Amino acid sequence: MAEDMSATVTLEPALEEVESEVRPQGPPPFFPEPPGGSGGDDRFGDDDDHAGPPLSNAYLGLLIFLGAETMFFAGLIGSFLVFRVAHEVWPPAMLPRLPVGVTGVNTLILLASALTMRRAKIAIRSGGQRELVRMLLVTAGLGITFLLVQGYEWLRLLQYGLTLASGVYGATFYVLVGCHAVHVLGAVIWLVSVLWWAARRRYTARGSAGVALCAMYWYYVVALWPILYGLVYLY
Amino acid sequence: MSESSAATHAGHHREGFVKHYFFSLDHKMIGRQFLFTGLFMLVIGGLLAMMVRWQLGYPEEPLPFMGGFSEDFWDGESWWAQTAPFGIVTSEFYNTLFTMHATIMIFFVVMPIMIGGFGNFLVPICIGAKDMAFPTLNMLSYWTFVPGVLLMLLSFFVPGGAAGGGWTSYAPLAAVPDYAGVEGHWGVTLWCISLFIIGFSSLMGSINYITTIINMRAPGMRLFRMPLTIWSLFIVAILLLLALPVLTSALAMMVFDRLFGTNFFIPDGGGEPLLWQHLFWFFGHPEVYVLVLPAMGVTSDVLSTFARKPIFGYRAMVYSMCAIAFLSWVVWGHHMFQSGMDPVLGTAFTLTTMLIAVPSAIKTFNWLGTLWGSSIRFTTAMWFALGFVSLFTIGGLSGIFMASTPVDIFIHDTYYIVAHIHYVVAGIIFGIFAGLYFWFPKMFGRMMSETLGKLHFLLTFVFFNLTFFPMHFLGVGGHMRRIYNPEQYEFLQPWQEMNTFITMMALCLGASQIFFAINFIGSLIWGRRAEDNPWEANTLEWDAPSPPPHGNFLEDPVVYRGAYEYSSPEVEEDWLPQSVYLEPAVAGEEGHD
Repeated sequence: MAEDMSATVTLEPALEEVESEVRPQGPPPFFPEPPGGSGGDDRFGDDDDHAGPPLSNAYLGLLIFLGAETMFFAGLIGSFLVFRVAHEVWPPAMLPRLPVGVTGVNTLILLASALTMRRAKIAIRSGGQRELVRMLLVTAGLGITFLLVQGYEWLRLLQYGLTLASGVYGATFYVLVGCHAVHVLGAVIWLVSVLWWAARRRYTARGSAGVALCAMYWYYVVALWPILYGLVYLY
Repeated sequence: MSESSAATHAGHHREGFVKHYFFSLDHKMIGRQFLFTGLFMLVIGGLLAMMVRWQLGYPEEPLPFMGGFSEDFWDGESWWAQTAPFGIVTSEFYNTLFTMHATIMIFFVVMPIMIGGFGNFLVPICIGAKDMAFPTLNMLSYWTFVPGVLLMLLSFFVPGGAAGGGWTSYAPLAAVPDYAGVEGHWGVTLWCISLFIIGFSSLMGSINYITTIINMRAPGMRLFRMPLTIWSLFIVAILLLLALPVLTSALAMMVFDRLFGTNFFIPDGGGEPLLWQHLFWFFGHPEVYVLVLPAMGVTSDVLSTFARKPIFGYRAMVYSMCAIAFLSWVVWGHHMFQSGMDPVLGTAFTLTTMLIAVPSAIKTFNWLGTLWGSSIRFTTAMWFALGFVSLFTIGGLSGIFMASTPVDIFIHDTYYIVAHIHYVVAGIIFGIFAGLYFWFPKMFGRMMSETLGKLHFLLTFVFFNLTFFPMHFLGVGGHMRRIYNPEQYEFLQPWQEMNTFITMMALCLGASQIFFAINFIGSLIWGRRAEDNPWEANTLEWDAPSPPPHGNFLEDPVVYRGAYEYSSPEVEEDWLPQSVYLEPAVAGEEGHD
């Protein structure tokens, strides 16, 4: 009885020697298929593949990372609100106003980059290599434009005398907006590397996880900005 | 010719020394790396505590090992001569000592050993996976941790000494460079940067643990079949993931305050010192459970294994850990009752804090329920697990006192608090020892000496209680925490004999760890070879060879039941591993397919 079972299960005789006792093994009573095991694969985005876990490792890992990012910004935004609520007059007297208009246009630029990123993702799903590269280029261009405008506005604000040491007003502005800018920079660097691979036709219609992951981070960074714009510039 | 080609062939399969021991991608090796780093830091953190105790027991007397140095040595420019002239702990050095003791013990001992060490070693193997979800990220997690360790150790040698603002580094004391040191201000800055760096290390670990546990379980390993150690590490990973970034943001602001002239926490420039406390404790209280939950998980596994009984109320254990984790987000204000917060708000924090006693009590009573009527095997691991339960009970009960504001006003920042945190956090060391004695055979393929282990337990347990229990009395007597010289206060002079007694006991407690060091290192080299399942335990790691090879299992495990089927009536032995398939009793001899 036990020998019968082991003959079907144990494939290599070498393993049988290592095992001190031959265990009778039957079919797993639950989970007819293993819940995962092959990590970092290109399964992401393929709806017809039900063998793996609902979220691939890379996708899940990035989601978890974004959870941590959210808590990081929650700490900074919470601190900002503590100061903002405590001040009747904001910005405090004698300090320059923030460039609401220019930054508003800049916000639209960043939001547009999310749309082009989405078009890139859709393009590669149907195998559109050239469209993918073109849309990634536009997205990277929009992201870099956003950073350049932000940097230019920072330089102007510094000239007007708004520095890190300008009370909590200057400190929260530069730290909050600066932390976001660092994230955009990181997203741009990631995007450029994806672009590099896309130009070499690394991604296919069924293997576009690299694009999708980058897009997810890009959306996160883009979606964060209107919140910060509303709080720091408008509130 | 053929010999050399054979050697090349073998070398191709075996990783090089550096790749194997340093830049390994294998979760078991990374776990061992974290373990050894943590044990090394345990020695340093322990020695710092000994010096703290020396100063409190024998205020402003030369440290005992300093007698041999000549006058020339103390006239010289050496680090010791500058930091502790004539072997006497200066007040600045004293501040550094207790700050770094706490920081090192929390961030560089308990977290690396419990989460980095046990977590890395156990998470994949206990759920039947071959490795972590992201092995490279796992390696990076360790090698991000190392610079954090080095910076923290380096900070002892910068001008002005290491951070001295307490492990909580309250602003504005820590935010203003002039307050912290004599001439230099690098201590607190390096402290911030070091914690900032290990925040990234923890983040990488958390991502790995959560993804691995969600996606990589073996067939049949449902969430509610996981050992409680894995459950605790899963919950801890989520806590760390969400709590540490808040500290990271606060540390960033602190560094900006110190280096770039911002005024987040400095009232002069419109800043808010209390903001630091809120951010710190919003991280800090989940951190407390980050430290204690893995010890609870390890204790549950060890208790059940050596009581030869299923853990009492498995699901209740899981749910109570989830409840503790959830409640830990809404209790941070109980660290700040004395900060001038609205008493109404304080009452709310009192209530939420009291609520945590409920899941904690469920766990404690379930441990007792597991022991009830069992046939206990008194191994060293079991002794340490029992020690953890008893210390946690004392520490948990004293926590209820300080949760209520009227009592806390009296005992706030006294040695009562010091006693409490040591019963809880230093009690975790008992969980660590329980885990080490339990999993040492699996980690290193050799058995530890039970005789030395039991001696180590006995001495540690006795001296631990003799050290920390009297601190309750000191605290009620009004002995403040973090004071340099208790003899300077007239009302504390009657207590000085107790302080001296505590110091002697603390030195004995430290010395008792020599038995552990001998046992640990000796067993690594000369220990008896361990069989695969020396404790006759159920969980998947005991299916693998000791130590497990790369890929962990000789054949992919399939899980058929929960982790705690001890003394099952279905089998003759008193253990029933998770991966053993039993024919259903009702099925016919040949009928089953």
